[in-house]
Formats: sequence, C-alpha cells, structure tokens
Amino acid sequence: MFKRMFLMLKPVRFKYSIAILAAFIAIILEQIRPLIIRFIIDHLLIRNDEVSPTYQRIVDFLGGLPHLRGNLWIALLLMLLVSGVHMIFIFIRQFLTQKSGEIVSRLQRNELYDHIQKLPYEYHVKAKTGDLIQRCTSDIDMVRRFLAGQAMGLFRISFAFIITFTIMLTLDMRLAFASIALAPIIVLFSYFFTKAIRKPTEEAEEREGEMSTMLQENLTGVRVVRAFAREDYEREKFREKSLAFKNASYKHMKYRAYYWSSSHAICDIQRVGVMVFGVYLVVQGEITVGTLIAFAAYINSIIWPIRELGRILVDQVRMKAAHDRMLEILAIEQEKDTKDAKEHDLNGDIIFDNVSFAYEGGKNVLKNLSFSVKKGETIAILGSTGSGKSSIMHLLLRLYDYQEGQIKINGLEISQIEKNYLRRKVGIVLQEPFLYSKNIMNNIKMAKDVVLEQEVYESTKIANAHDFIEKFNDKYDTLVGERGVTLSGGQKQRVAIARTLVKDSDILIFDDSLSAVDTHTDALIRAELKQKQEDTTTFIISQRITTLMDADRIFVMEHGRITNIGTHKELIETEGLYKRIWDIQSMLEDEEELEYEPV
Amino acid sequence: MSQFEEQDYTSKFDIKLWIRALRFLKGCKKATIWFLIINTLAAIGVAITPMMNMIAIDRFAVEGTLDGIGYLILGFGALGFFIAWTFYKSIDLAAVLEVTVVHDMRMAAFKQLQKLSFSYYDTTPVGWIMTRLTSDAQRLGDVIAWNLVDMSFQIFIIIFAMVSMFILNVRMALIAIALMPIFFFVSFFFQKRMLKNQREVRKVNSKITGAYNEGITGAKTTKTLVRERKNFEEFDELTTSMKKTSIRAIRLSALYGPIIAFMGTASIALVIFTSEGAITENLITIGTLSVFISYITMLFQEIQQMAEVVLAMQSAQAAAERTITLIDTEEEIRDTDEVVEKYGTTFHPKYENWEKLVGNIKFEDVSFAYKTGEPVLKSFNLDVKAGEKIALVGPTGAGKSTIVNLLCRFYEPVSGEILIDEKDYKQRSQLWLHANIGYVLQNPHLFSGTIKENIRYGKLDATDEEIIEVAKKVNAYDFIMNLEKGFDTDVGEGGNRLSSGEKQLISFARAIIKNPQIFILDEATSNIDTETEKTIQQAIFNILKGRTSFIVAHRLSTIRSCDKILVIEDGKIAEMGSHRELMRQKGIYFNLYTNQFTQEEAQKLLNA
Repeated sequence: MFKRMFLMLKPVRFKYSIAILAAFIAIILEQIRPLIIRFIIDHLLIRNDEVSPTYQRIVDFLGGLPHLRGNLWIALLLMLLVSGVHMIFIFIRQFLTQKSGEIVSRLQRNELYDHIQKLPYEYHVKAKTGDLIQRCTSDIDMVRRFLAGQAMGLFRISFAFIITFTIMLTLDMRLAFASIALAPIIVLFSYFFTKAIRKPTEEAEEREGEMSTMLQENLTGVRVVRAFAREDYEREKFREKSLAFKNASYKHMKYRAYYWSSSHAICDIQRVGVMVFGVYLVVQGEITVGTLIAFAAYINSIIWPIRELGRILVDQVRMKAAHDRMLEILAIEQEKDTKDAKEHDLNGDIIFDNVSFAYEGGKNVLKNLSFSVKKGETIAILGSTGSGKSSIMHLLLRLYDYQEGQIKINGLEISQIEKNYLRRKVGIVLQEPFLYSKNIMNNIKMAKDVVLEQEVYESTKIANAHDFIEKFNDKYDTLVGERGVTLSGGQKQRVAIARTLVKDSDILIFDDSLSAVDTHTDALIRAELKQKQEDTTTFIISQRITTLMDADRIFVMEHGRITNIGTHKELIETEGLYKRIWDIQSMLEDEEELEYEPV
Repeated sequence: MSQFEEQDYTSKFDIKLWIRALRFLKGCKKATIWFLIINTLAAIGVAITPMMNMIAIDRFAVEGTLDGIGYLILGFGALGFFIAWTFYKSIDLAAVLEVTVVHDMRMAAFKQLQKLSFSYYDTTPVGWIMTRLTSDAQRLGDVIAWNLVDMSFQIFIIIFAMVSMFILNVRMALIAIALMPIFFFVSFFFQKRMLKNQREVRKVNSKITGAYNEGITGAKTTKTLVRERKNFEEFDELTTSMKKTSIRAIRLSALYGPIIAFMGTASIALVIFTSEGAITENLITIGTLSVFISYITMLFQEIQQMAEVVLAMQSAQAAAERTITLIDTEEEIRDTDEVVEKYGTTFHPKYENWEKLVGNIKFEDVSFAYKTGEPVLKSFNLDVKAGEKIALVGPTGAGKSTIVNLLCRFYEPVSGEILIDEKDYKQRSQLWLHANIGYVLQNPHLFSGTIKENIRYGKLDATDEEIIEVAKKVNAYDFIMNLEKGFDTDVGEGGNRLSSGEKQLISFARAIIKNPQIFILDEATSNIDTETEKTIQQAIFNILKGRTSFIVAHRLSTIRSCDKILVIEDGKIAEMGSHRELMRQKGIYFNLYTNQFTQEEAQKLLNA
C-alpha cells in the first residue's frame, strides 16, 4: 500500500512531504495548548510554586512566576500565539494535501485520456464506453479522496498517537499506559466490523441493482406498460424491489449503529477509567490536579482517532481496487509505429500485392488480394457486409496491420510510412461519423491545422451541406454533437464529408458514407467531387449501384476476394453479381412482374 | 438536451423546498418523534459529561478524598452507557428515517411516472429519470436523515452547553459567547464563497465527464483525423481549469476551519483572563473553569460542523429540487373527474362499469402537433369499421406513427375528435382503452423474467395451458421448447438472451393472450429476417381476423392483403385503396413498392 501511494504521490512529493511535516508540527502544537492551560491553572491560578525544571527556564525567561501571576495576559497571549501558529500549520496541511490530491488527479485524468486516445483502433471498436467513462471519472475521484483524506488521516492518527502518548509518558507513566489499555481492542473491533459489514453492503448493492434494472425496464418499456394497462402491476413490482432494497440498506445501517455505539462505549470506558484512576492518583498526591485535567484532554486525542482506523482500512481496499482498474487500462498497449517509418509522398499508384488479413482471432477477411490503382483514379467497390471492403480501407490507413503480402503507395510499403502522416494525407469519411460538441464551423475546421473560412464554405458546397447549414438560426455557429442540435444521419454524413474535404488529401475514401443521403443529393455530391478533386485518388464504397456506376473502375467484392473488375458498361455485360443486381434495378420498368398474388 | 445538463437551479437556500422535502417524513411520524427525543437525550448526555469531570476534579481530586468515589464511577458508567444507548438509537432511527423517506419518495415518483404522458418521455432521457429515482432520492434521504440529525444534535448540544454555562456562571457565560457575532460574520463570509466555488467545481467536473465521453465515443473518428494531440490539448485546458477552481475552493475551506478553532481558543483565553480575580478569591472553582473550557471548545466545534451541514444541504439542494420537480410534474393527459367517477383511476379501476369495446373507429378533423407550430396531422379524417385491417405506409415523419399514438391515446388531438364505438374516447378512461388494445412494437420490449412471465404480462391470470396455446398460435412453441428450460427460460435483461425474431414472437403472444378488440402492429416485422417474417405473417393474419387492426409497415410486401392501404404524406391521406387498386393507380404507392422491391432483391443477391 505504501509503495503504491509513494508512486502516485511522486509528482507532488515535495508538497506532500511538507504537508506531512505540517501535520506533525500541528499535532505537537495541539498538545501544547492543554499544557499551557494546565500551567496557568496549576501555577498562576492555584499558585502552586513548584515548577518543573523544564518549565522553570521558560518561566524565568518570561519574568518569573510572580510577574506572570501579576500579568496573566502574558501566558494567555502565549497560548493564543501557540494556537495561532497551530492553525497556520493546520491550514498548510489541509491546503497542501488537498492540492496534491488535485494535482495527482489532473495528471491521472490527462494520462488516461491521452492513453485511451492512443489505444489501437481495434480497442475502440470493442470498448464498453459506459464502463470506461466510469473508470475515468469516479475511480480517479476515489483515489483523489483517499490521498487527500484518508492517507493523510493515517499520518495524523499515528502522529497524534505517538506524540500524545509521549507527552503522557512524561506526565505520568502509569496514567499513560492506562490511557491506551483498550486501544488494541478498539483497533481489533473496528477491523472486524469492517469485515463484517462487507456482506450486508454487498447485499444492499445487489438489491439496488435489481431495483434499478426493474426501473430501467419500466421506463424503456413505457409503451408496453401503457398499452397493456399494467401501471398498477408495475407499481406493485417496483414496490417489492424498492422494499427489498430498503430492508437491505436498513440492515446494513443497523450494523453501523451497533458499531458506532459499542465502540463509543468502549472508548468511554477507557476515558472514565483514566479519569477515576487519575482522581485516585491525585488523592494519593501522586499527580497534580492540572495533570489530571491535561489527561482528561489528551485522552480524547488518543482514543477517538483510533476508531477511524477501521474506516481507513476499508477505504484503502476500495482505493486499491479503483487504482487497479485504472492501471489495467494503462497497461493496454498503445498503438505503435514501425521503427523506421517516415514521411513519404503519397502522390502515386496504390498497389495491393497478395494481401491477406484477419481481425484478431478471426478468420481471414481478405484473402490473397491483389490489385493496383493509378493515381487520380476513382474506384468504386461493391460488396455485402463482411465482404472485406471496409477492411481494405482500414489497412490503407494503417488502422490495422495486415498479416501477409504488401501494400505500396507510390512505391513504398505503407508499414514504412508514418501512421500519423499517412492518416493526415488519406481522408476517410466513416459510415457513422462522429461530430464533436463544437459548432459546425469548428467541426469542419478541425481536420487541418490551419483552415480558412473560405475553404470551409467550398467544401460544404461540394458536400451539399452549405444550404442546410445556412438554414439553421446560428448557421455555421450551430452547436452539434451531444449537447447541440441533433442532425439527421444524412446531414451528419454531409458535414463529415465536408470535414474530410478540407484536408489536403492525396487519397479520399468514402466508406459507405453516402448511405443516409438520398439518391439525388448523392448524385449532386459525386458530380461536384469529380469536378473539384480530379487529381485525387478516390475510393467509394457502397451497396447502391447508382452511387458506383460513374467510377473509372468498379471492384466487386465477395467473401474477401475481388470477383470482378471493370467499368459499369463492362460489368453489365458480364455475368456476375453486378449484372444480376443491375438487372433487378432495370426491372423497374416492367411492372407486370411485380403484381404477384397476395398472401 | 441542454436542459438536462448538470445545473444548479437556484443558488439561494430554498426553505420552501426543504419543507416540501421534509413532508416525506410523514411515512414515519413515530420514528421522527422518537428520533428527536433520543437526540435531545443524547445531547444532554454529551453536555453532562464535562460536568462529571468537574465533579471528579472539584469533589475528589481537589478535596483530596476518595469518599464516595464509587458513586462517581457508577455515575460515569451509567452516563457512558446512556450515551452509547442514545447513539445506537439515534443512528438506528436515522436509518429508519432515511430508508423510509427514500422509499416513499421513490414510490411517489414511480407512481407519477406511470401516469406521465408520452410527451414527457419524448423529451426526457431515461438516464435522467433514473438518476432522479436512484442517486438523487438517496442523496435527499441521506441529507434529511443524517445531516438534519447532525443539525438537531448540534443545536441541542449548543443549547445545553449555553444553558449549562449560564447556570454555572452568567458573567463567564456572557464572556464566552462574546466573540459569537464576529464568528457569525466570518462564517457568512466563507459560506458564500465556498458555495460558489463548489458550484464551479461541479460545473467543470461535468464538462470533464462530457469530454471523456466524447473522447471515447469519438475515438475512431479522432484517429482518422489525427486529432489526438489537439484533443488532448483541449482536455488539458479543462483539467487545468478544474485544478485551479478546486484549489481555490480548497484554500477557502482549509482556512475556514482553523480560523474558527482559533476563535475558540481566543474565547477560552478571554474567559480565563476575566475570571482570574474570581478564581484567586475562590468565587469560581477550578472545576467550573475546566467545564467552561470544555463547553467553549464544544460550542465552537459544533457550530463549525453545523456550517458544514449547511454546505452539504446546499449541495444536495439541486438533487432535492430535481426529484421533487419530477414528483410534482403534471401529466398532460388525464381523465376527467366524471370519467374517473365512472371508470375508476389507473390504480383503482372500476371494471364493473366498463363497456365492451366493439372496434368502430373514427377520426374526425383531427389535427396534431408534437411541438406548437409544427403540425404533423392536419384535419385528418378516417372511418374504420370494426374488423377492418388498415395499413399505414409513407415516408418517415409523414405521420403514420402519430396516427397510432393518437389512437392509443398516448397523445390527444390538438383539435378534432377520435370516436371509438361512436363516442369520443376522452369520455372513457385511458385504462379502459388500453385494456382493449393489442400493441406490438418494432423493438419488442420484454421484461426480465421467464418466457412464461412475459407472455402472462398480457393476461395476469392466464393458465399455463392458455400460454402454451398462444405460443402455438404465433409459431413460437417449437423454438421455446428447444430452449433449455422451455417456458421457464430466463429471457435476460430486456430479453437480450433471445434473438430479435424470437423476442418479436413472444411479444406477439403477449398481445394475443390479451384477446384485444383493436390490434396495432407498429413496424412490428421490420427487424425480422425474411424467413421468420414468413412464419409470423401466417400467424398474424389468422389472429387479426375479426379485430380492428392498424399495421404500420416499412416493408410493403407484408401488407398486401390489408383491406385498406393508406399512403400518408405530410399528415394527410395521399392515396387509399387495396394493394391491387393502388398498384393500378401507378401513384405514390406504386413507386414506393417497386423501389423497395428492387432494393430488397438487390440486397438479397448481395448477401446471398
């Protein structure tokens, strides 16, 4: 545990060390106040003349007992002074520990965010978003609270114990030992309580989970509930779940009631014992009344904090689990580049030579794929889901690595080309593009470091997005994404196309990214593209023939292989998938065939 | 969606709201009263403890006698156990209050949710509602039970400490509280700023959560745009501002505690200074002085903690407000008093007064808009005879689902009337209508539990035989029997252990067992593969015989045998007739049908 804390606190080791030191000094000062009060009572108010040698020097320095008795304010001022310094150290302790917690939190947040972004594409395809966000937020928070609270608490409690006990020893050894007689019992008690409460806690959590599930099903199924007129039935069901949770959490809290009251009783026995024993010692003349009063105060700062130990132990286990979950994410390997990867001009032909590829643990998606594409060509790919057409594009961007064969752009194998450089130069529009919580202008601008507004307008016009954007009240300043207006699938795709177009891409890929756009707009966009991006090698992936037919060449993909290549004209002349699909489409004219019998 | 962001409704302490929240203690009046009594006792016990110390010192230590020390031990012991007992009772009762308040609040909210109209659900995310009933309700319960416990406990202790001090020595007591006004001023100063900071921290925090959400869900796009570094820079700005805001908040709270504690010490010094003469002349005992010291320490500690309670309550105020707002939300569609009088409420229906539903349906000049100014239906008219099969087709957003929603009275017409069996449906209860409707949705929603339980949802008193019978009717029997536990198979959360086709079959069975007079299939077969669709299709058309049915279909091949096909465009009937008639017309339906047909065929080829 200490090793873990040490590692986490490394970036703030200086601040945290000072905080620990401040805690130590604060606790010493805390003990001095009762000593001063005791001195005032014993020697200044009761006028006991026997001052212990340690105090004598201070007394002499301040002008001797009679002088102090005559001027009580001197001693009181000293007390205030000590108290003031004490408070300053408490402030330093609190401020620095919590500040350290914040600093560590910020570093952890940044580290996680940065790491998650750099994880491979594959990870994000599979990631459970909700779970991940939970870890990044509440787990970090739990660690922070532990560092800023309980961890320092541990130091404080230990210091308080050591110092108070030492002072007690100097005052009176017998009474000192009597003061900690029950401490081991309290520690043990709180430890066992901690263990015992785990089961009812889990039970309550489980019941709560069941209740939430029921609630969620009711809310998402609200149509069914209403349509079946089952409101009352649902209410009874919910009452049952809520009651189960209520009882479980009550049981859990009952444990707490037992614990706090009985540990209070133990602490109280300890306190009373010391008081009675102290009275006895005073009566026997072994100690002064002032000593007894001091003990009455000290016992409080030794006995109550011990009760907190148990809680710190529980929280420590929870913190550890939270931290482990964070480490688990950080242990996943980030996306790496090949050692000798470099920037390379992509203005040239693309060659696939015998490429085979399988997703992790899966069957080959691409099988010995070979083809070449000339610079500036427009290639359309037709294929069903799972035929491997998107995989080709993933490989081109190095989002995945292929297992066999070679892919070359302008003569260089792409594993030799820097990933980030490649991705900057190859523009892709995904089928389900993501828009960020920014306005439309910034969403488009983000594709390149410096983008002129003029470039944005040009690309939105090509993407046929300018007109609908202008219709929004805030035009290009319209906020989109999670917190903004909801765009339709087609509108999203068009904004995403515009965003990709402002990049200066050598290669452009439309991965089924016109699927939500109607055929007419689709045609308009493609016409514009053809005109404006003539020199750019372009891939268009689609299941819609009309989207594909104008391409220079069309690849037909089936089960990881290219089964046919040709222009639209050539392909409708050749027997095969493309022709069969085309034929159905031309059936449109022949309505007689459609009128078949009703069921 | 912006209205659902983490926000603080009000910044001021809202007493009205808290009184409203405290009304939830109604469910545990007795416990509340006991709780207050026990807390008073506990406070007395705690306040007496220093007195016992005083007796120990003055009566025994200073006097130098052990005579009667047995009584002291007894007294100490009794007091110790008394305090322990009151603590136990106090925590126990607080627990009772907490769980009762949370449960009652949850039930109130749930009941309201069962009544709220669909317009509420349209604009309110499920996650938002969930939080209101789980963590917000919990938070409120916590605050009511525990922080108010603390507060009442603290107030009692403060009162007792004050009273005891005044009884012991009025002059000293006055001096002890002389610094109070300064104290209140300082507290006020800090409270205001700490609250403001707290709010700022929460705001930045929710932004960070949002950024994580975006960073994670948008990771794929980020990669293709090579935005990692830029995104990180933006994120770093957020975390840095979080750090700064938090540190500002920390500085304040780290200052507040020590300042108050210092004022406590100052009070003690003041008391000692002013009492010197009285003590040396033996007018005040040393024990009294030590009691005063204890009381002053206690006083300042409790008041400081009280300030923390106020802070906690303030930060829980937003939670309280949201939950109570939910409970107080009024439903848009409600039955009139006369209807309730005759037909009963949702939770207490008067079945004996319900008429049988025949199934004649008439839309008369019905207009409707989800949002004012954006009409979906305009003067819509439709006359359906009992037993007719009606299909609704048309582009998304044309108003097909709206017609169905209105028919089910999930929404009510803005103008015009919907007559069921020649009577405006507002003259009967919602429950009456719903009890007579069979409704199958595009995404069949099943509940956790077994298949049997899910089918029985349509008819709570159905026998096992009936269930088996309907399962056979919808061709679901075979697949059910092939499952490990047959009808007792657990379907999982939301039914996700079954395929969507299987789920749909179960949802058909569930609707059929109800034996409703009106049947509604809202895109019920669009998520099913062609094979399963065929099996269902046969079953459906048998079942629909003799019932008035509305079929909203995306796949047109499924509705060819309907009595009437309505092509809806822009909230109006654009074409109406049988499949054959409409195909001959060569209008909208014809185009829709041919387009879809070719597309489906092409898709079939592609995926062959």
